[in-house]
Amino acid sequence: MDDFFAARLQMAFSLGFHIVFSCIGMVMPFFMCTAHYYWLKKKKPVFLDVTKAWSKGVAIFFATGAVSGTVLSFELGLLWPKFMEHAGPIFGMPFSLEGTAFFIEAIALGFYLYGWNRFHPWFHWFTGVVVGITGLLSGILVVAANSWMNSPSGFDFVNGQYLDIDPMKAMFNAAWFSQALHMCIAAFVSTGFAVAGVHALMILKGKNTDFHSKAFRIAAIFATVAACLQPLSGDISARDVAHRQPAKLAAMEALFHTEKGAPLVIGGIPDTATKTVNYAIKVPKLLSFMATHDFNAEVKGLDRVPKKDQPPVVVPHIAFQIMVGLGMAMMAISVIYFIALIKKRSWSGSQWLLKLFVLATPMGYLALEAGWTVTEVGRQPWIIYGVMRTSEAVTPMPGIAYSFYLFTAVYISLAIIVSLLLFRQITMVGKLYDSSADHKTR
Amino acid sequence: MVYVVIIFLWTAILLYILLGGADYGAGIIELFTSKGNRHRTRKNMYEAIGPVWEANHMWLIIVIVILFVGFPKIYTTVSIYLHIPLVCMLMGIIARGTAFVFRNYDAVKDDMQRVYTRIFIVSSVLTPFFLGIIAASAVSSQIDLRAQDFVSAYIYSWLSWFSIAVGIFTVTICAYLAAVFIIGQAEDEADRKLFTRKARYLIFIVMGAGALVFLAAHFEHIPLLHWIFSDVPGTIAIILATISLVIMFYYLNRNAPVLLRLLAGFQVAMILFAATYSHFPDIILLKGGQNLSLLTHQGEFKTIQALGYALLIGSIFILPALGYLIYSFQKKGSATAEH
Repeated sequence: MDDFFAARLQMAFSLGFHIVFSCIGMVMPFFMCTAHYYWLKKKKPVFLDVTKAWSKGVAIFFATGAVSGTVLSFELGLLWPKFMEHAGPIFGMPFSLEGTAFFIEAIALGFYLYGWNRFHPWFHWFTGVVVGITGLLSGILVVAANSWMNSPSGFDFVNGQYLDIDPMKAMFNAAWFSQALHMCIAAFVSTGFAVAGVHALMILKGKNTDFHSKAFRIAAIFATVAACLQPLSGDISARDVAHRQPAKLAAMEALFHTEKGAPLVIGGIPDTATKTVNYAIKVPKLLSFMATHDFNAEVKGLDRVPKKDQPPVVVPHIAFQIMVGLGMAMMAISVIYFIALIKKRSWSGSQWLLKLFVLATPMGYLALEAGWTVTEVGRQPWIIYGVMRTSEAVTPMPGIAYSFYLFTAVYISLAIIVSLLLFRQITMVGKLYDSSADHKTR
Repeated sequence: MVYVVIIFLWTAILLYILLGGADYGAGIIELFTSKGNRHRTRKNMYEAIGPVWEANHMWLIIVIVILFVGFPKIYTTVSIYLHIPLVCMLMGIIARGTAFVFRNYDAVKDDMQRVYTRIFIVSSVLTPFFLGIIAASAVSSQIDLRAQDFVSAYIYSWLSWFSIAVGIFTVTICAYLAAVFIIGQAEDEADRKLFTRKARYLIFIVMGAGALVFLAAHFEHIPLLHWIFSDVPGTIAIILATISLVIMFYYLNRNAPVLLRLLAGFQVAMILFAATYSHFPDIILLKGGQNLSLLTHQGEFKTIQALGYALLIGSIFILPALGYLIYSFQKKGSATAEH
């Protein structure tokens, strides 16, 4: 394996790992605080149990997300020193603010986890809310750094020099809003469906039904509302990408030739040699509409991009199909769930609805990973879009393949241990938390 | 504004050594505690550290962010040439951070606990050891920008007797900080005696490791003595640290936990001051005489300004909250996380 490819794989693995943990760390606190709110308001012990069970999850995922985030802040330099040498001073602003947000999150989490029966109940609850808000802020700020790589701004690039740097302009770059919005909603969708799915499974198994039903309901509401909002943010993102990064959109849609009234290519396997897409469904003019809100507009294809600046096509196209497909599936489940809540009361709590949610457990995270693959691979060959190539940024140190093997082994073992821990937390619910039988005041 | 940023950088490094260091020290002490006492030590230690421990490690992130935003050339040079020790340190950070929570939050307490504990202890020693190696490599002119082959560019940039000695010294400092800290957490007289004895041994071990650093510096022709004693502030810092050590010995047995903690913190601050003052503004000394300086290798004016304001605004939020967190859990006695 050559060093450049190993470095890219290591970065992809590290980000792919970190993103799951940080999303859970961002979103779970909101679930936890909702349950906590019900406990404070309604004084039903089952809500206290759910809150405490979820707070364990938050603690585990926050710690894992924190270390993988620490590792990433080093890996940026270890793998891409030339990139960081120039990018650091330009896109550093969101990172320094994120450091603050993350720090406050850690402090608030200390208050929350260890603060039971020590503070005023509402102050204690509030520290949990702070965990959620600062977590979300950290996420938004980190995405600002990534969106800057997609739409670099805040400097003049003259003869290979980065001049007239303005960190504020760089932070408020054109892609930030659409990317951060899409990411935050995605965090709620993926974590919501994952949590709801696990609790749905436990209800189906008939274990601690009261506990799991309450937990399921909170997670499902967050997940389904977010899943219905996501297509709207997807629309904003699509038009933004079409406008700023036509090469990425062309790769996502495997649009080899520039077209007026371009069709939307659904599924299929792109063949880069013949510049065609096999086995795909084509919906006439829909891509033009999605990219510009005009059915007959021209959409730039890969033929408008010089060969050496073209991104890979197969990976972004397939990843994009996976993301959209799963997103649609989750939206459909959400609509059914709303009908169950509002119109057809007999549906809610029914076996088949719960089974749908169990089926959807991994969907959000798969969509999330696919979406990141689209935006990262679709930006290639650039690390700073149009300014610096990824291959120029890589470290001169040889032997990165070994570093890749090492990090991969570590991340895989961590994933296994965390799964084991979660499995144990879930199976122990009956012993640790369920208060429906006899409740002890804890 | 660049001086504001530098003060933040120095303070964040110091706080990481003190707070993060005491945290690592907790694991190191666990290693050198007999099985019978281990449970007692652990109970006292983690009930104190639990609420604050995530925050302790944030200081490292602050240091890294300041470096890559404000001083990118310094960050990237270190990243390239000290890649290997940095990866070793990261492995330690991952292993330690996760083992600590896993041990705390595993719903089933079975044999896995022993695995977590073993990982936690080993990584508690390795992480500060490599931190010490990295710090030593930065100032001992080992990094060679003109090196042509792998070994001299990426191995001898950090592997030397001096680096290893500083690594050991860092480990002992962490253990010492933890030992002093834990005295104040003791719940009864027997515990207090046990921890006081530990702290006393550790003072001698730290001094031994310090002597090792000077010895290694002598063999590697690093003018360490000259650095520290060539200017007045460095000399004063070392004298003050020595005096505070004498005061420390006097109060070690006299139930003054807060004073002891302050003295230990003061000593480490003075050592860091003496070690950094004589080079300032240089932070990385390279082979062949050129150095990387915080002043000449700073980022552009607007970047430094934005970073300075971000840090100032950040500290308005962070410091009171952190202070209140520490205060709350000190005042109300040992914290009890619910498992």
